Amino acid sequence: MRRRWLAAFLLLGVAFAQAQVTTPAIPPDAREAKQPGAWEKIAIPPLHPFHPQQPKRIELSNGLVILLQEDHELPFINGFIEMRGGSQSEPAERAGLVDLYAQTWRTSGTAGHSGDALDDLLEAKAAKVETSGDDDSTAVSWSCLKKDEDQVFAIAVDLLLHPAFDEQKLALAKQQEMAGIVRRNDDAGGIAAREAAKLVYGAHSPYVRQPEIATTMAVTLADLTAWHTRTVVPNNIIIGVEGDFDAAAMEKTLRGTFEKLPRGPAWKSPQVPVPGPKPGVYLVKKADVNQSNVWIVGVGTERRNPDYYALSVMNEIFSGGFGSRLFQDVRTRLGLAYSVYGVYGASYDHPGMFYTVAATKSASTEEAAREMLKEIGDLRTQPFADDELKTAKDQLLNSFIFRYDTREKVLNEAAALEFYHYPPDFLEKYREGVERVTVADLERVAHRYIDPAKLAVLVVGNDTQFGRPLSLLGLGQEQVLDVTIPIPPQMREELGGAQE
Amino acid sequence: MKLPAAAKSLSLLCLLCVLSLACAPAQDLAAFEKRVTVRTLPNGLTLILCHRPEAPVFSYFTIVDAGDANDPGGESGLAHMFEHLAFKGTKDIGTKDYEAEKAALAKVEDAWAAYDAELRRYAGQSSASIPPADAQKLAALKAQFDAADKAANQYVIPNEFTEIAEANGATGLNAETSLDATQYFWSMPENRLELWAYLESDRIANPVPRQFYRERDVVEEERRMRVDSDPVGRLVEQFLATAYVEHPYRRPGVGWESEVTQLSATEAEAFHRKYYVPANITIAVVGDVDAATAMPMLERYFGAIPAGPKPEPMASVEPPQVAEKQVILHEAAQPLYLEGYHRPDYRDPDDAVYDAIQDIFSNGRTSRLYRSLVRDQRIAVEAEGFSGFPGDKYPGLFAFFAVPAPGHTAAEMGAAIHKEIDKLKTADVSDAELEMFRTRARADVLRSLGDNQGLAQELAIYQLRYGDWRELFKQLDRIDAVTKADIRRVANKTFVETNRTWAAVETQTAPGPAAKGAGQ
Repeated sequence: MRRRWLAAFLLLGVAFAQAQVTTPAIPPDAREAKQPGAWEKIAIPPLHPFHPQQPKRIELSNGLVILLQEDHELPFINGFIEMRGGSQSEPAERAGLVDLYAQTWRTSGTAGHSGDALDDLLEAKAAKVETSGDDDSTAVSWSCLKKDEDQVFAIAVDLLLHPAFDEQKLALAKQQEMAGIVRRNDDAGGIAAREAAKLVYGAHSPYVRQPEIATTMAVTLADLTAWHTRTVVPNNIIIGVEGDFDAAAMEKTLRGTFEKLPRGPAWKSPQVPVPGPKPGVYLVKKADVNQSNVWIVGVGTERRNPDYYALSVMNEIFSGGFGSRLFQDVRTRLGLAYSVYGVYGASYDHPGMFYTVAATKSASTEEAAREMLKEIGDLRTQPFADDELKTAKDQLLNSFIFRYDTREKVLNEAAALEFYHYPPDFLEKYREGVERVTVADLERVAHRYIDPAKLAVLVVGNDTQFGRPLSLLGLGQEQVLDVTIPIPPQMREELGGAQE
Repeated sequence: MKLPAAAKSLSLLCLLCVLSLACAPAQDLAAFEKRVTVRTLPNGLTLILCHRPEAPVFSYFTIVDAGDANDPGGESGLAHMFEHLAFKGTKDIGTKDYEAEKAALAKVEDAWAAYDAELRRYAGQSSASIPPADAQKLAALKAQFDAADKAANQYVIPNEFTEIAEANGATGLNAETSLDATQYFWSMPENRLELWAYLESDRIANPVPRQFYRERDVVEEERRMRVDSDPVGRLVEQFLATAYVEHPYRRPGVGWESEVTQLSATEAEAFHRKYYVPANITIAVVGDVDAATAMPMLERYFGAIPAGPKPEPMASVEPPQVAEKQVILHEAAQPLYLEGYHRPDYRDPDDAVYDAIQDIFSNGRTSRLYRSLVRDQRIAVEAEGFSGFPGDKYPGLFAFFAVPAPGHTAAEMGAAIHKEIDKLKTADVSDAELEMFRTRARADVLRSLGDNQGLAQELAIYQLRYGDWRELFKQLDRIDAVTKADIRRVANKTFVETNRTWAAVETQTAPGPAAKGAGQ
């Protein structure tokens, strides 16, 4: 009944609206005529006041840090327990260890419940407990309806404190990992991203090295257990919880669970020099494509760099959106690529990568690479205009709210700053820093950080279809990179002739 | 560092931008209803506003009920091409002098038509078969076209439309075209709502096909990236072209190469006139927007779009499949397997039954295909079944996709999937499986309410498809009504050999042939 009444109301609403639609702000006939800048007359009222809620930070006596973010909109609770240390710290001859650890940890389960049993139990509640790992961290995370929190949280803690790494599940994880390895040359974009990173950081750098079949096969259950023991120490852990809970009660639970854990050695991330690429042109030959992935790469920076703000603005002008120099030129003006992008990369604790990327038809490979190099060179030679600076700042500052428009984002940002030992007001400082950037700053950082003589060009493509030879780029003869996947002889037959 | 545990998956669904009608259950429709306002304007356009003042931002989702399935014959890829055009500006955005530009664009069209007419005479023939005199003529026409394009281009302020949006804080600005529909979306600070209304209504009412032919080059690169240079893209294109004989679901959404390369701005304008009428468009806005003040303003902008007749529904109906079909691609790439069975469209009373089958086959580590093919037999590293491929507005396919483990073949995938299908046909699913499906569907709907952009998408799609966004919640009733007998009945009806098409990539050890469509 209620709904029918509502429907009738809506019909009335339409009729009423009809009577009102007599004077559109921009009458249709006015729009027929040229009306430059009519959109500029639209008032932009002040933004509604907004004070993003910061998570409550608790540091336990053993060094474990907890961040609690209440959010009562929906009856869910999501949390993570994150440990410092990831694949950057695995031994080179065991590359892939952290991937295997992250998979096997959850699928094996705990001393009391097998991973399969946990799957049944959790999925029946539409809940998740997962483990993950990346280059510098591992984590247990959970997500559930509020009513299931006690049970699901207990499973997450059980997994953290009483994992039961299982031989069968390690074998399954190895199979998954190896499938990824033998398939990695099927995707041209993937080859390019991987080889580009190797050019910048060095093929054996812990920041970029790849698992191989041999290093994957070498990992044992004992390696997983040892990794776990080494990383799961409270002064190495950050816990974040977001959702429909009472912070005081949650704090009590977490203290009760984690306060008793003994401290361990502080985690040390590898500090490895970044050599940067050896300048030149590099080619990976791929016969089954008609489009080249072109990457131009160099070394980026760290976010701690005081020039990070000016570099961010420069980056926005160079490649920040549809209006950026790179997009305007390579895509809009020349139609050379659908996918074109670039970043002057800034990582938290080591130099990021500076890369400019386009995917263009084989025949225009050299043309696209030349154009991209020109755009990079122009950063030093084409003066930055006042309106370029204004537009870039507008883009960064007006969209800034999307860095913290949900409580989950605020929590994640706080956790990242905590993880990398950055000051908690880093985001606010960033905004102020961007506001202060001047054209002179842009000129200064472009000259200081952009050095075309320190860049490498990488092409993954079908060289039988290239138009002009890559040597015309003036960076010497291209060097062909061999991306053949090393397959141990004893596996070759089993893999059914898998090759590059 | 990466915080939430995200499942890594080579998802075919993602690759193809298929609309995800995540099954939704209703938690509290009554409470939610108070936050939603719907208006159908006199010109036929539907607006939905949902108040969610968690932060001073909003997201919008515009869905046009036309996709590449609606491309006219010989013009595949047109809906997608138009989507690109929708970012090129309007009569007062993106131009230095619209009147002069309009005249110049008319000349571009004339020049293209002249060149195209000549080009078509030699479609499909090798350049060697073109007599020298004609080749000269072609070159001259091409030069005239290039000159006209260059002349028109001098009036363009490139990317002004998107630059205005981005300078005003637009985030996640993008659009998608599927075979079923075209959709546009971004998020913005709430104080830009009126500016957004101006931009969005203006580009719906007054798009200008400027830089069309340059953008067509961009779209051709998109095709090379998504289809020609990607084994999954090549597999899907051949699969759909085999599974369908009549219905336009047989097309690649991005278009066939020979057709995309000859699309014209005139054709794009005709497509716009026919399909971008207000009655064919639904727009949802979710965030810190108050309907009492916002709706009258939005009605002014969107109500000003000229009305037009709602496009007639498509007449093509795929005839029943009469025999099993197969395609095998011998490639340098590792093996892949894809098979599909025709099923009815989303309006079918059994739609939720297909959702149940998808969930039981594919959802997570409890799913049947994971447990059988990946965990126990260890012949695959990924295996899933999914409903509504490549779309579900028209009868689509229930498809299965499997990635063989190293050393295993595509043929093994088919055999193992068929065993699982047989189980579904001959034995009831368990109570636990059915209950899990319902519980997860309910939780998914609830979770979807916490994200402006996701919610805008769901509200717009449900409103468009069912004429009432409340179906987002009410579909849970249909989900709850699915029985074990329904699943067996639908499985027995759908998963039969004569209704099956399968396609595989098999690894060829010798170097494969070069990709087609080599650039010249």
